[in-house]
Amino acid sequence: MLLVQFLLLSSVLFCIGIYGVLARKNGVMVLMSIELILNAVNINLVAFGTMTSNIAGEVFALFVIAIAAAEVGVGLAIVLLIFRNRRSVDLSSIDSMKG
Amino acid sequence: MVAQNVFFGIMALVMIFAALKVVSTKNVVHAALWLVVVLGGVAGQFLLLGAEFIGITQVLVYIGAVVVLLLFGVMLTKASLGEEADLNMPKRALPAVIAALMFGVMTYALIDTFRDTELPRESVTNAAAVSDSIFADYIVPFEAVSVLLLAALIGAVVVARKE
Repeated sequence: MLLVQFLLLSSVLFCIGIYGVLARKNGVMVLMSIELILNAVNINLVAFGTMTSNIAGEVFALFVIAIAAAEVGVGLAIVLLIFRNRRSVDLSSIDSMKG
Repeated sequence: MVAQNVFFGIMALVMIFAALKVVSTKNVVHAALWLVVVLGGVAGQFLLLGAEFIGITQVLVYIGAVVVLLLFGVMLTKASLGEEADLNMPKRALPAVIAALMFGVMTYALIDTFRDTELPRESVTNAAAVSDSIFADYIVPFEAVSVLLLAALIGAVVVARKE
């Protein structure tokens, strides 16, 4: 197997995630797109770890998984708070800090 | 080697299709279920790379916990379970251009740099090696992650509870 095929797959997933973050309006959907981005990064870490026969890539992929779980927990709590205050999770209507 | 490449290709196509569905479907619950397909495919890629422990953890943490959490978020924010018209920003051309541009740059750079780099044939890392590394070399980041998880847990409870 070539290294570049894993890297290209991960860059495809990353760019789809970027598109999702920018184009989605619903807060929960944006969190799903962020999960796509983090998974793309994990594929990269494990692929480079395998290429260099270094265990560090896998260890850092585990750390990324743990931090992603924390991130989605806090993110959903924030989305719930926005929903409770505004009765919607429409991100384009959250502009009270706009100058 | 051929079998691995065929398996990789099938899985990659399914994953890309499912990822496109995640960012394009009009139904929030369907998006979460397509996300399960992508995350399962990522777990398969980890197994293909010989990272068995990460593959299992991916299934446990992502498909078992994160997707359930996201579905709870869908339920608690009262998204309609059917199709929803108002899910996307009105202007989607610019995000698509940005994503395509990034993909173009990354593809060029990756192919230019790693065109012929082969992965080693036998490179299965077992769970024992990973745990040895975590509890010897990376014990400080490991403890930091445990504190971070506790802080995130308390923070999420504090933010989400009613007054």
